[in-house]
Amino acid sequence: MAITLSHFLALSAALFTIGVVGIFVNRKNIIVILMAIELILLSVNINLVAFSVFTGTITGQVFAMLVLTVAAAEAAVGLAILVVYFRNRGDIAVEDVNLMKG
Amino acid sequence: MDLIAFYILAAVIVFAALGVITARNPVHSVLWLILAFFTSAATLVLIGAEFIAMLLVVVYVGAVAVLFLFVVMMLDVDFVELKQGTLSYWPLALMAGFAFFGEIALVTLGRADARARDFDPSPGAETNAEAIGQVMYTDYLLLFQLAGIVLLLAMIGAIVLTLRGKTQARRQSVARQTARRRADAVELKDVEPGQGI
Repeated sequence: MAITLSHFLALSAALFTIGVVGIFVNRKNIIVILMAIELILLSVNINLVAFSVFTGTITGQVFAMLVLTVAAAEAAVGLAILVVYFRNRGDIAVEDVNLMKG
Repeated sequence: MDLIAFYILAAVIVFAALGVITARNPVHSVLWLILAFFTSAATLVLIGAEFIAMLLVVVYVGAVAVLFLFVVMMLDVDFVELKQGTLSYWPLALMAGFAFFGEIALVTLGRADARARDFDPSPGAETNAEAIGQVMYTDYLLLFQLAGIVLLLAMIGAIVLTLRGKTQARRQSVARQTARRRADAVELKDVEPGQGI
């Protein structure tokens, strides 16, 4: 037996679900939430590349690169916001981030 | 043979991902994340998508994970305190996870193409990178430029956010100058002869 598309779909579905569960579980810890988002984007990338390879069209791999770009940008800006928040508040308890609540 | 390798790598990926979300120490989370990225790159190599695999290693492991590591080590946070009470989140999280996975399974089961077929990671070209380059700099040129702009914006945004508001240049403060009174600046002392102040 060889590897099929379904194998990769199952893998990325599992990875995506673990990322979503990670967001729920680490509700207080925003660093781990960001890491869970990275896991989700990784599963999206695996999905795109798998479809690209198994259908014989290269477009999916180009889009995987774009997702990679957005993931890197998102991590950089998210961590910058986190550093600024820590500098202002002295902690990163995201449960009481309600300064913008009216 | 490939299938066995895939199963092993997939098991490692899932295990590492579970490590990311359950680790007590965020530094360990980052290390699990690096393992997940590396193993994912290996699975992509299995189906011939070498360029994206190398990109995963370079961008995710080389840049994103190191960024996470820096921030985790820089912030002086009591992570034990943050971890408290997370046990009560698990039931809801598992419910959401099962619901989500169930939905995906429901939609894809029986519909996904489970037949083994020849895969082609580099259609119309000799190598994988060549195939990507052939479309990326022609059909998707604007998208490629847009990706560059996204990165530039992220860079500028991160710098603007974290730059401290300290001005280096010494500037004239007109308000302070005009608000200055004689009593603030000059004080007359009656000094005794032969003694200091």
